[in-house]
Amino acid sequence: MIRSTAAQMADALAKGETTSVELTQAHLDRIAAVDGQVKAFLHVDSAGALAQAKDVDARRAKGEKLSPIAGIPLALKDVLAQKGVPTTAGSKILQGWLPPYDSTVVSTLKAAGVVIMGKTNMDEFAMGSSTENSGYGPTFNPWDLTRTPGGSSGGSAAAVSAFEAPLAIGSDTGGSIRQPAALTGIVGVRPTYGAVSRFGLIAYSSSLDQAGPFGRTVLDTALLHEVMAGHDVKDATSINAPVPAVVAAAKSGDVKGMKIGVIKQLQGEGYQKGVQTRFDESLQVLASLGAEIVEVDCPSFEYALAAYYLIAPSECSSNLARFDAMRYGLRTGDVDGASAEAVMSATRDAGFGREVKRRIILGTYALSSGYYDAYYGSAQKIRTLIIQDYAKAFTKADVLVSPTAPTTAYKIGEKVDDPMAMYLGDVATIPVNLAGICGMSLPAGLADEDNLPVGFQIMAPAMQDQRLYQVGAALEAALLTKWGAPILSKAPELKGAK
Amino acid sequence: MSSLSRDDVAKLAGLARIEMTEAELVELSSQFGLILDAVARVQEMDLSGVKATSHPQPLENIARPDVVLPSLSPEDALSGAPAQEESRFRVPQILGEAE
Repeated sequence: MIRSTAAQMADALAKGETTSVELTQAHLDRIAAVDGQVKAFLHVDSAGALAQAKDVDARRAKGEKLSPIAGIPLALKDVLAQKGVPTTAGSKILQGWLPPYDSTVVSTLKAAGVVIMGKTNMDEFAMGSSTENSGYGPTFNPWDLTRTPGGSSGGSAAAVSAFEAPLAIGSDTGGSIRQPAALTGIVGVRPTYGAVSRFGLIAYSSSLDQAGPFGRTVLDTALLHEVMAGHDVKDATSINAPVPAVVAAAKSGDVKGMKIGVIKQLQGEGYQKGVQTRFDESLQVLASLGAEIVEVDCPSFEYALAAYYLIAPSECSSNLARFDAMRYGLRTGDVDGASAEAVMSATRDAGFGREVKRRIILGTYALSSGYYDAYYGSAQKIRTLIIQDYAKAFTKADVLVSPTAPTTAYKIGEKVDDPMAMYLGDVATIPVNLAGICGMSLPAGLADEDNLPVGFQIMAPAMQDQRLYQVGAALEAALLTKWGAPILSKAPELKGAK
Repeated sequence: MSSLSRDDVAKLAGLARIEMTEAELVELSSQFGLILDAVARVQEMDLSGVKATSHPQPLENIARPDVVLPSLSPEDALSGAPAQEESRFRVPQILGEAE
């Protein structure tokens, strides 16, 4: 049952072939069996999940009209506040915090009858690309437990890849949904900026952050996307417009006559051979389905990584000022006579990890007088050029594509002491965030040299998220025919699994 | 090659209210050269006449009617407080010398 798609599970629930309690228990059993190795979860809320499942079963029995994914269990990235459930954003500074409110994503999921099983591991405050920066230890890639699942939403991606949950939610500031989806062989979507409420999403870089869905198929991902998106008065940047028809697009999957733009700057040199090979093959598949492949030039993308690593740290140095040891979270050094400033400094030292400190200091530097124009100011101008490059490219193509990440999953510890090497892994995903548009990663196969999953990235203009699903579904269906079985059937069995 | 000295990092850490050990200051200052070189690439392009973008959307102020809506109870608001006293957050001394 746990290896079915969410769409199949929803169908079985609707037909009365199973119950949400049964489905939830099966996933909790799977978590108990394999999460000791994968370590996708920071907190499993078994009692809460079963209570939600029981409630949705009762509502179904009464004949209530339910959302298409009511009763389906889900894993939630620990960056989203859930009332009364430990929420840490992967940081020691929030250890033990029980939010007194629900984020809008959580209240929306609850209203839709989705069963939230627990909170997943992540790089601290979503700063990282491997989940190794978590204050609670790394998550391990189900494809190879010596490797990272990517990040920052590595726990959510690993949970879906390891069949611990059919659906999960992540957040994507520079690629944190798409890159772990690529490295674990699943589908992940970063919706258009403003499509999903950020209320209750613990902020890293507010102009870039966006929550989004993970699933094992394009359709499953669309089902969650359509439920979690929508306007929210509690988020001033929330877009007040109808949610794009992503489920319908995922069901159609027709690319005949569509123009697909390959971004010259996001391939070739610096990309692992097996990644490039699977990407090129996928392009051929799309061409064979009737799409027209064109090349587009986005010269400013060469500077996207540099701009991102100024803008995001600058915003984070301001956002994380709220962790001041006064109203919630950790407080240390509060001895008689200690000043508020001394307590604040001691707490932030004890509570923040290395990468968070590194980015706060970098942001503080980039925003300081005398350097502001040269660093933060220039980065904001590069951002304008990137938006212009996209606008021009989208006059030539309906969607743009690239490999999601330059490499497959790397070894735990391989890049953790080399921040620049880690940052380079985000080179293909970052432009989407800077422009506020939407992007998807879906599996393109396994790299020949290491048999690890490769991600294919699709990008579409703001609020044209349905195009991602249309192209994604077409490619997914064609690749499935070619492979004969879903990619996850090639992943090794985890020990302890039934 | 850009660089930040140990003292530069110490000053920034002070501004950011993060106490740091000597080892952390030295490590960060040694890593900053490479990171600053990489991010300084934003200065390579000719950016004269290019407008800055702070946000992907045109932002405007949104006002709501001035009516009272449900909000957190004092108990809920204080539920995560490291210390509290008489339904208020108790914080370390902010002004003046210790008694």
